[in-house]
Amino acid sequence: MENKHLPNYLEYQGKYKGLMGWLTTTDHKRIGLLYFYSMFSFFLVGATLGILMRLELIAPGKQLMEAQTYNALFTLHGLTMIFLFVIPGVAAVFGNFFLPIMLGAKDVAFPKLNLLSWYLYILGALIVLSSQFMGDGPPDTGWTFYAPYSLKTQTNVVAAVFGAFVLGFSSILTGLNFITTMHRLRAPGMGWKRMPIFAWTLYATGWIQILATPIVGITLLMIAAERLLGIGFFDPAIGGDPILYQHLFWTYSHPAVYIMILPAMGVISEIIPTFSRKPIFGYTALIISSMAIAFVGYFVWGHHMFTSGMSDSSRWIFSFLSFIVAIPSAVKVFNWTATLYKGSIRLQTPFWWAMGFIFVFMIGGFSGLVIGSLATDIHVHDTYFVVAHFHYIVFGGTGFAFFAAMHYWWPKIYGRMYNTKIANVGLAIFFSGFNILYFPMFILGLRGMPRRYYDYLPQFTDGNVISTIGSWIMITGLLILIVNLAKAKKMTGKAVDDPWDGSTLEWKIQSPPTLENFEEIPVITGGPYEYKDR
Amino acid sequence: MSKEPNHISGYKDHLMILGVLILLTIITVAITQVELTALNTAAALFIAALKATLVLLYFMHLKFDQKVFLIMTVLVLILIAAVIGITVIDYIDRY
Repeated sequence: MENKHLPNYLEYQGKYKGLMGWLTTTDHKRIGLLYFYSMFSFFLVGATLGILMRLELIAPGKQLMEAQTYNALFTLHGLTMIFLFVIPGVAAVFGNFFLPIMLGAKDVAFPKLNLLSWYLYILGALIVLSSQFMGDGPPDTGWTFYAPYSLKTQTNVVAAVFGAFVLGFSSILTGLNFITTMHRLRAPGMGWKRMPIFAWTLYATGWIQILATPIVGITLLMIAAERLLGIGFFDPAIGGDPILYQHLFWTYSHPAVYIMILPAMGVISEIIPTFSRKPIFGYTALIISSMAIAFVGYFVWGHHMFTSGMSDSSRWIFSFLSFIVAIPSAVKVFNWTATLYKGSIRLQTPFWWAMGFIFVFMIGGFSGLVIGSLATDIHVHDTYFVVAHFHYIVFGGTGFAFFAAMHYWWPKIYGRMYNTKIANVGLAIFFSGFNILYFPMFILGLRGMPRRYYDYLPQFTDGNVISTIGSWIMITGLLILIVNLAKAKKMTGKAVDDPWDGSTLEWKIQSPPTLENFEEIPVITGGPYEYKDR
Repeated sequence: MSKEPNHISGYKDHLMILGVLILLTIITVAITQVELTALNTAAALFIAALKATLVLLYFMHLKFDQKVFLIMTVLVLILIAAVIGITVIDYIDRY
């Protein structure tokens, strides 16, 4: 299946060379890396903004910036992290790179559309970022653009909203491309029940991307239309309904959480069997749970709105449905732990990341039940408890899986192995910093500290100091991880084709892969998780 | 990969559907002149749904394609109907 004499995708020279070769590529692997470089840059911007916010909050009163600057900062932090990192995140980078390989295909179904998706992503990102520097000042609405404030503020909301709209197109096209690829380009013999779980999670994600993203696109355009043309969609003063905005926004933005987390769960579902040397426990249950999360995830958006003034009957319906979505999520965790049971576990870096993921995801998940429950949500709504919860889910879930994927697939992507000892030390520091940063926020929230406030009462100082120190520890771990991986990329020693003894197709081709992945399309004769050395 | 030959619609069919769509658009405008209160909106939505169905079936070839695509489309419509239905519960009960 492999041919060492052919140039790999990094060396391959097409019509154009150098930078132009990258900017005009339709190779899914290079496009995956284009996403990776741009997305990781935005992630570092978002992380820097987060660090600055934590510095401001180290003590009550003004430390570094004025209140308006702080408002703009948390808006840009949210926009960058949500729309530019975690939503496209794992799917755009690792989905692009590995989905066709895992299916035994040479590329995605629509390679040119794939490149267009990346350009739309960059265009949307530039528009979002330009909103900081144009018009009447950076947006201060938070990433949710809640009406009627987003209609009234004099800041540059329209540009930010339009940027998010363009980003939505990128997401829709990626979802469409992946779904078509899975329907049309699976290798001979690869039935639906022989697809790796990562591919299945991308399938579920693709449907959410296609069906939910247009809703937020229209909603954001409605904001722009109301601001520019005065059409009364959401402002009660001109006949609109602000709660309608929340309905429309969260109809997308809650499923968007599953756009973030489902591919992350797919990554974990690949790592755990590889390092347990066992087929994944409950393959079918994992597939059904992915599809169930994608489906039920459409009907839980109202749990963001329990205190909005929504009707009582809607509140209990949404609360009930929110509890239901916990079931397929728990199925996954049980299946991962059952896979570990009696496995020949190899304690290597990607495995540790997967364990870190389960730990923080469980804290995030259980705290989600607290805010999914009507009575308790009333107390913690819009407090730091919610900030802690979603950072445990979004950063702890998607972020940890992103780093897990980086450490799992780095040798395949670049053909270079990193220093695993340094990687483990970096992970330990990162993990500690993460929990020191975010866990105190649960307590601050339970004690009543509201989110998004520039200043706070003196009794909240201790928690904020601990949290800020945690941010320094976490960023230290992050820098160690980045430097370690970047150094590995420049090392001369080649990684073997299959450093982890993996069983899915990407481990059966050379590292880095050739332009078309396979010289001959493979014929699949078994399931994705069959290990010879059990 | 499907080896079935693709169905090709003739110009005559396309023009006929286009004519029906234009007719329905005229009806949509005309019906606003009749005072039906809330039924005006219902009528406009019904005609819009009818037009969308025609576009899906003929211009997007759903009628001639494999049944699986029709099933997928119907499932998506059910999903959207459910989302709208849950939202409407709020409006019925809130006021």
